[in-house]
Amino acid sequence: MPQPTRIVMPTSAKKGEVFQVKTIIQHEMESGFRRDNRGLAIPRHIITSFVVMYAGGEIFRADMFPGVAANPYFGFTTTAVETGEVVFTWTDDRGDVTTERRTITVA
Amino acid sequence: MRALLSVSLALAAFTAAAANERPVPPRPGLDFQSAETRQMQSDDGANPGMLWVEQGAALWRRVEGPEQRACASCHKSAADSMKGVAARYPGVDAASGALLNIEGRINQCRKQRMSVIAYPYESNELLALSAFVSYQSRGLPRKVAVDGPARPFFEAGRAFYNERQGQLNLACGQCHNDNWGKRLRGDVISQGQTDGWPAYRLEWQTLGSLHRRLRACSLGVRAEVLDYGAPEYLALELYLAWRGEGLPLTSPSVRR
Repeated sequence: MPQPTRIVMPTSAKKGEVFQVKTIIQHEMESGFRRDNRGLAIPRHIITSFVVMYAGGEIFRADMFPGVAANPYFGFTTTAVETGEVVFTWTDDRGDVTTERRTITVA
Repeated sequence: MRALLSVSLALAAFTAAAANERPVPPRPGLDFQSAETRQMQSDDGANPGMLWVEQGAALWRRVEGPEQRACASCHKSAADSMKGVAARYPGVDAASGALLNIEGRINQCRKQRMSVIAYPYESNELLALSAFVSYQSRGLPRKVAVDGPARPFFEAGRAFYNERQGQLNLACGQCHNDNWGKRLRGDVISQGQTDGWPAYRLEWQTLGSLHRRLRACSLGVRAEVLDYGAPEYLALELYLAWRGEGLPLTSPSVRR
């Protein structure tokens, strides 16, 4: 099931310009180490991979582990090379995939 | 003469402090947070509370129930109709005479106007809608009515605030009036202002309502933890809103 996300990045940039991308996704990031009121282990449920594709290549990748807090935020910069889609993909350990797309116009 | 003047000045300062139950100057909750937390709150791209605000915007338009209504069916654009509303809450509902906070008003609207069930307190939906409504008042100063029908609730809230509670036998003001700005172990004691709620609390890893925070206060002084939406917490919410009058609203804020 796709999760709610927020992505902040410009919609246009000059060729060669460095721009900032900020992403956040809502996810419980349950570590698997906690126990509930009855003493039963709460199953692990975390996002394990976050990949960003742009201009035919991978521009950002993060592998996540149980130590990452809920609602993981990633901010990074990249260079505007061509007009096109930036594709963000989060995958969790139950195989749920959330994909978001943003278009940037490069002049 | 000089001694007399300083004595009278000190006396004047003392009586002013005693007469004024409100911290002077009122300082937003954000002032007592770390630099990292302040930065997280000030940047909407990094503030996790904005996830709930966006979901609230979607819920605002979601048509439900036998009446086939959404919030937007009556209230139209929240940016106009809800602007400044959270700054006036909690308030007394004229029809029922009950004190309602934003959460209570949303649920009253759902039951009476949309004929659908109320959202449970702390459900993702109620958090999202209350954050979304509060967000429309961002930057606007708090101003609540405490006279007329609101007076009994206000006095109840004030009494609750000033009552020593729990095994630690502490009243709210013993920390939040007398000792704000000082350290309590690793933390700086805040004024206990409510300008930022609902807020994303890092300890909770989620957005939470003011009543969840108040429950944590009750637990902290080892007093009875009351139910969400309890009349005591509602009255206290009104008193706290009056106590922080003039502070601009900042929800969704980020707290430690």
